[in-house]
Amino acid sequence: MDMPLSNIVIYLLTATRWTLLLSAIAFAGGGIGALLLLLLRYGMPRLGARLLHLYVGLFQGTPLVQQLFLVFYGLPLLGIDVPPIVAAGIGLTLYASAFLAEIWRGCVDAIPRGQWDAGSALGLNFFMQMWDVILPQALRIAVPPTVGFLTQLVKATALASIVGFVELTKSGQIVSNATFQPLLVYSIVAAIYFALCYPLTLCARLLERKLSQSR
Amino acid sequence: MDQQAESGKTMIELIKVSKWYNKFQALKEVSLTVKKGERMVICGPSGSGKSTLIRCINHLEPHQEGRILVEGVELTSAVKNIEIIRREVGMVFQQFNLFPHLTVLQNLTLAPRRVRKLSKSQAEELAMQYLARVRIAEQAHKYPSRLSGGQQQRVAIARALCMEPQIMLFDEPTSALDPEMIKEVLDVMIELAESHMTMICVTHEMGFARTVADRVVFMDHGQIVEEAPPATFFSNPQNERTKLFLGQVLKH
Repeated sequence: MDMPLSNIVIYLLTATRWTLLLSAIAFAGGGIGALLLLLLRYGMPRLGARLLHLYVGLFQGTPLVQQLFLVFYGLPLLGIDVPPIVAAGIGLTLYASAFLAEIWRGCVDAIPRGQWDAGSALGLNFFMQMWDVILPQALRIAVPPTVGFLTQLVKATALASIVGFVELTKSGQIVSNATFQPLLVYSIVAAIYFALCYPLTLCARLLERKLSQSR
Repeated sequence: MDQQAESGKTMIELIKVSKWYNKFQALKEVSLTVKKGERMVICGPSGSGKSTLIRCINHLEPHQEGRILVEGVELTSAVKNIEIIRREVGMVFQQFNLFPHLTVLQNLTLAPRRVRKLSKSQAEELAMQYLARVRIAEQAHKYPSRLSGGQQQRVAIARALCMEPQIMLFDEPTSALDPEMIKEVLDVMIELAESHMTMICVTHEMGFARTVADRVVFMDHGQIVEEAPPATFFSNPQNERTKLFLGQVLKH
């Protein structure tokens, strides 16, 4: 089949919307999930630490593909029928929660204990200490690893094709099968991923510079 | 006159307080009473439990046995009691522990605004008053990292005072300072002592202890070994370990 280059590009860009949407869902959901895990971790040190360790271990220790399969085929078994985007969204959210929680835990742990002591001695409660003292400082060091993970997450959405979700990678496969021009098509796919991820890296650099100025 | 009626009132009472870090016993049945307006200096070799002792008073460290009462309120693990006591007790740390992401002024206004629910302008007015008192008002809008160690420690003292505490705890406040900056911090502490603040100070500054303290407490191996007014403490120590310690500290 003959397909003009412009059509190929338009087709791929249309699918890029889904990659973007899925990335956004996974990052927002993962961010909230990770924040809740962190509050649990530092609010109830004993129980929280154990739960976080278990959760992170589980999701870091198994392939994302299997996690997506389990959500996609597992939920219907529980009587919940979900379209591919929801299954992929849930799977990626759980995955991102684990990794972000672990990244951010490291950042919070890097804040000296004296900062907690000073907050306590001034009568600040746990949430005030977290919100006004610890997190603003943790944020500064969290930017590079968080954005690094975010770019991985954008590329990880490609695995959602496996549960039948048509995003950028899957549509590239479809077009390539139709046009017999895999090299051209996959080059464009790669270029689009790059166009999504590289600005993130640049943003991180800017943000990092801005945050370090207030010191 | 009020002052006379009130001085005699017990502010802090420790009754046979013990604390363990895993198997290591950091405090062994320590009993201590501090009255209103009293200035107490705690000294002793490192690892003797003196920092642990004052960190127990505002529950930065939990104790396992015995009782701690601050203004009659007993420190239990009940969050309510801990909050009441922390509002009455200010603390200054060896490492200053200023919040590096906030300006000097924001460091001072944070707790009054969050905990005492003062408005921004009220809190700032209060903060400027205390910054003036520690002679550092012109630095209000700088970040802590721009200040010298001595200036940072004075900011930390002002920050604690902004909560208008009844009691101030000092945990080796001059130990992390360069020698030429020790005096500016001690001067602020002496002024504070002259305003009849109840103070407990862990320090190796024996000159400060001699001039300011009402009582000097010597700790070793988690116990209070000797307790006396400074005149007696320095001229006529009773315990062998105190004598040894003083010999080492006062030699140079």
